[in-house]
Amino acid sequence: METKAISPSAVTTTAHLPQLHLPRNEGMELDLDWVASVQANTSAIERRAATLPGRRSVKKEYQAAWLLKAISLIDLTTLSGDDTEGRVNRLCAKARQPVAPALLSKLGMSGLTVGAVCVYHDMVPAALRALEGTNIPVAAVSTGFPAGLSPYHLRIQEIRESVAAGAKEIDIVISRRHVLTQNWQALYDEMREMREACGDAHVKAILATGELGTLRNVARASLICMMAGADFIKTSTGKEPINATLPVSLTMIRAIRDYETRTGFKIGYKPAGGISKAKDSLVYLSMMKDELGNRWLQPDLFRFGASSLLGDIERQLEHYVTGAYSAQWRHAMG
Amino acid sequence: MTVKDIFDTMDYGPAPESAAEALAWLVDMGDRFGHFIDGKFTAPGETFASKNPATGEVLAHISQATQADVDAAVRAARKAQAKWAKDAHARARALYAIARLLQKHSRLFAVLETLDNGKPIRESRDIDIPLAQRHFYYHAGMAQLMDAELPGREALGVCGQIIPWNFPLLMLAWKVAPALAMGNTVVLKPAEYTSLTALLFADICRQAGLPKGVVNIVTGFGDTGAAVMGHPIAAKVAFTGSTEVGKVIMRSIAGTEKKMTMELGGKAATRSEFGDFAADGTHNFVTIGCKTNNYTATTE
Repeated sequence: METKAISPSAVTTTAHLPQLHLPRNEGMELDLDWVASVQANTSAIERRAATLPGRRSVKKEYQAAWLLKAISLIDLTTLSGDDTEGRVNRLCAKARQPVAPALLSKLGMSGLTVGAVCVYHDMVPAALRALEGTNIPVAAVSTGFPAGLSPYHLRIQEIRESVAAGAKEIDIVISRRHVLTQNWQALYDEMREMREACGDAHVKAILATGELGTLRNVARASLICMMAGADFIKTSTGKEPINATLPVSLTMIRAIRDYETRTGFKIGYKPAGGISKAKDSLVYLSMMKDELGNRWLQPDLFRFGASSLLGDIERQLEHYVTGAYSAQWRHAMG
Repeated sequence: MTVKDIFDTMDYGPAPESAAEALAWLVDMGDRFGHFIDGKFTAPGETFASKNPATGEVLAHISQATQADVDAAVRAARKAQAKWAKDAHARARALYAIARLLQKHSRLFAVLETLDNGKPIRESRDIDIPLAQRHFYYHAGMAQLMDAELPGREALGVCGQIIPWNFPLLMLAWKVAPALAMGNTVVLKPAEYTSLTALLFADICRQAGLPKGVVNIVTGFGDTGAAVMGHPIAAKVAFTGSTEVGKVIMRSIAGTEKKMTMELGGKAATRSEFGDFAADGTHNFVTIGCKTNNYTATTE
């Protein structure tokens, strides 16, 4: 009797469908008139956001497919003081094979992986080793994450070192004080320099929206980061008291829409923190589809910054396949 | 479509509410309805079809009320009115029971409303039916408080009511709940296109133990409506609908002692006049204002 062993690398090389590479955002000169004209109608945005969860329902096989899509968009993350190489190894094993193979084959899918693995700089080598042979990129948080208040030259140097260590994506944090004091030039210059330090690595700008005060600030900060060359804009570090919310997301993705209309560049969006239920991920996907279109449902333009989300999605998928729910502990997260 | 196909297309796919419960109720009721007069359904008379506007499928056959049917309904309402007006607490209890049953059967009401009217399930399920429930809860409270809060006010008697097809159950709630709370009894004619939730409401009234004759529902076309509005015993008439028909009704009751409430009109142009209002928000509100309920909301 012969059994064909499938090596992990054979499975994962089919993970990413051939993708058209979009031209990278080149940024533009700081246009303060545009920044000044940016508005955010808080009442209207909140009203819209409140109705979003009831607006679209995705059921049965459609729900299963959407949840698998959500998995392919997750930046599987561990950002804790007690991170060890062992934990990163477990996380990466999960990233290679986020859904049990038996479950996945019953869904008629194969080779599914998460979008990326997101770790602190010190864990980049461990993650790279654990992900060897796959196409899963390693993302590093940088620039004095999460507060962004370490010496400026060290923050820039931190980016360079993470890139040199092999990180393909860099999540930087902006200086919130530049937004709160309306110092747009400083924010623009900072973001520009960080983008340059990233070189070929893609840069995600973390706005820390929970600390920016108003939605108008969120809209303006989003725009400035895009003008300065951000490839992605991201809500939060996950360490603020308020992280990704629907009103903030609407504000940011509408800024992305405006930027594309004006410049032709498509910018990615990454909500992070607080998205832990499968149902939440469906709401985000339908919001992206409605506001920006299907193109923003691919990993090069949309990511979830999450860790516990995957476990809940697995439970829902298992329910779809077997008709019964499993306990959360059966889907351990590394 | 396999899961893999959908993974690539990311389509929404169908997400229907089950119509099974609503269709089962129609079958239980024999798919043919008489009128609800004096606490019971009459035998079906000359019927017409009530259709699902989305498919053209016939949902049920409902009766066209004659002058004699309207007479019977108004007399039943008249007979029940004095006792109904006497005990505010009993009215509160009955209205509360109706509200509870509306809530208990909210899914059934929502699906039946969507089948019969064609409005999206999101609007019937999330707006119309919950609001109708709130009206009955509110007016249960008003009935209880009437003596204390509205001293010297008393019931008018029998109210004749006609409602349109754009918010069938919600319009019924707006008209029926306050009339009952203040001690009136009602004869209601729903729109001929959308009578089914009114008939389901009649069924709920029976379950709630509402005294017979307090709510009477007659179905039919314009001439049935004219018979309700023009009936000499009706002390008050209430009409929501077109300006033309409203004028006809007002002419017919001019010079009588009848009181009336008219809600007339059609769509008003919606304009945006908010200087520096953010464009996204304004557009959002204007769209909601114009398009809610498939363009059938009446704005004054």
